Amino acid sequence: MVGLVIVLFAISVLVFVIFNVIPGGDPALRLAGRHPTQENIRQIRKDWGFDRPLYVQYGDMMERLFIKRDLISYQDQTPVLPTIERGIPRTLALAVGAAVIWLVTGVLIGVLSAIHQGRFLDRILTVLALAGVSIPIFWLGAVLLYLLTFRYHSWAVFSWVPPGGYVPFATSPVDWAEHLILPWIVLAVVSIGFYARVVRASMLEVMNADYVRTARAKGLSARRVLTRHTLRTCLIPVVTLFGLDFGAAVGGTVILIEPIFGIEGVGQYAQESVAHLDLPPLMALTLYGAFFVVIANTIVDVAYVWLDPRTRIE
Amino acid sequence: MTVEAVAVPGGRGGFGLAWRRLRRNPAAIISAAILIAILLICFPLAPLFVDLACHHGPNDQNIQGYIHQGGHRIPVVGLDGTPVGPGLRSCYMLGADANGRDLAVRILYGGRISLFVGITSALLCVFLALILGLVGGYRGGFVDSVIGRLLDLIWSFPVYLLAVALATTLAVGGLSVGPLHVSSSSLAIPIVVIAVVFVPYVARPIRGQVLALRRMEFVEAAVATGAGPVRIMLRELLPNIASITLVMLTLIVANNILVEAALSFLGVGVPVLTPSWGNIIEQGYSSIVTAPALTVAPGIAIMVTVVALNVLGDALRDALDPHARIRIR
Repeated sequence: MVGLVIVLFAISVLVFVIFNVIPGGDPALRLAGRHPTQENIRQIRKDWGFDRPLYVQYGDMMERLFIKRDLISYQDQTPVLPTIERGIPRTLALAVGAAVIWLVTGVLIGVLSAIHQGRFLDRILTVLALAGVSIPIFWLGAVLLYLLTFRYHSWAVFSWVPPGGYVPFATSPVDWAEHLILPWIVLAVVSIGFYARVVRASMLEVMNADYVRTARAKGLSARRVLTRHTLRTCLIPVVTLFGLDFGAAVGGTVILIEPIFGIEGVGQYAQESVAHLDLPPLMALTLYGAFFVVIANTIVDVAYVWLDPRTRIE
Repeated sequence: MTVEAVAVPGGRGGFGLAWRRLRRNPAAIISAAILIAILLICFPLAPLFVDLACHHGPNDQNIQGYIHQGGHRIPVVGLDGTPVGPGLRSCYMLGADANGRDLAVRILYGGRISLFVGITSALLCVFLALILGLVGGYRGGFVDSVIGRLLDLIWSFPVYLLAVALATTLAVGGLSVGPLHVSSSSLAIPIVVIAVVFVPYVARPIRGQVLALRRMEFVEAAVATGAGPVRIMLRELLPNIASITLVMLTLIVANNILVEAALSFLGVGVPVLTPSWGNIIEQGYSSIVTAPALTVAPGIAIMVTVVALNVLGDALRDALDPHARIRIR
């Protein structure tokens, strides 16, 4: 908990410094619009408090972010927190769905690959996993969207694919899922490939371990050995990775996917704020992203101890 | 008394063995061949192609021109603004974009930029990671914990948000540090940004290796002979982490090519006027319905390159250290 606060504090200072020390980020110039007079700029600096010392400005921003909760953007003077609060359920819907897909598919492919090691199925799956890791995901999203909503939209199998956007779950669960299926798959593809490779490698390592041989020797069925002995150990690295990846997905990767599918979650907000060099929303969004990453790391540490009895003894 | 040179038994060093294993791996050979081909095509052959076949460079517009093919006159850009699509010809092989620029030539020249950014940022990243990992792992104590916290900080920053924040601010004003001035349209910005963001991913495993090596006898022996810390790090430790570093370098190049594309797609990577694979996708994406080749082709170029790099990285890892467990995201 203390660690979390320290990391978030350091990150907020870093973001603030990045935006204030590097030239060109002067918000007064951006607020003043085109062809501002010196007088205009001076007035804006005074009104918005840009003429105060940096630490005062920093403290003020943190106060408005966490205590007063009325931080507004420089670009269009809209409140930041309501926009983020509106975006969080969308981003979480995207990330959680994708996480379920990549976890299940990735582990399944990895296990299949390892069981059929060296045979045809293994080779095909390995190639697919490698291709998945190597695709630029925003490109995959763009191309799939084009193919399914335009090029082959007339095909009966794809005619249901909506051209992007988001429908809240409460409005219509079916529409909600239809709008999210493509983004889910796209966000999951890279991780599927990655997890498949990790699971395959660790399965192969564990399958030859003594305790697995013992389990087999005492007459357990192949299935029981796989689920109770092999897989359990294999899932330890997967849990570690999953925590990190889920944090990274919620806190960052969505910035690439959401604008393509028009989901208008936190990632799209980040992408738009970046385009305008808008510090207040970016500050809030970076802290939000870092919060998820750090929380995910903490959960991983806890889960690790629970899953791996060896760490408990030490 | 004379000292006779002891005959070294005829064996191979680690890298010799690795090379022999690598040669027997068809996937490694194929991916290496593909990579060499891509490098050749993008670097020396691209201008040759332009000189001999096409006569227009990556940024030359040709809105009112025509292509003569099989007795037909096809406008490069149609009256409705739709550019010509892919076809079997020497010019406009992959079609043109809305400004009449040759997509094939742009992809060749874009490959130069993407590969250059990917490779140099990977080199810089691994270099920084080596310094931090070696110093942190070897010195331990206070230095190590400071380095560790620094890496944690970068690590918990969401990758794309950090890269985007850095790249945007730098791209607006450039950067002046003392006498050094980096202009806002410089390639150095995406290179440095990508390198810094991925340092923890490389530095952590290196530090781990160094920690394990530090307690071994050969380091103790070096200390006993009076070697200083710098000498031990460079002469004793560095050769022992060379193989994991090499593998990580390959994988990080693949990763960085993808990140460059993503940043350029978000508009904060390579400057707009310089073609790179990411930029080409970004500019083509708006007309994906009328000219899908503009988006599809550069993406395929990225995929082929990155797959080849990943396969090669895997094969290198298997060859250099069959028991290694190096992973990179």
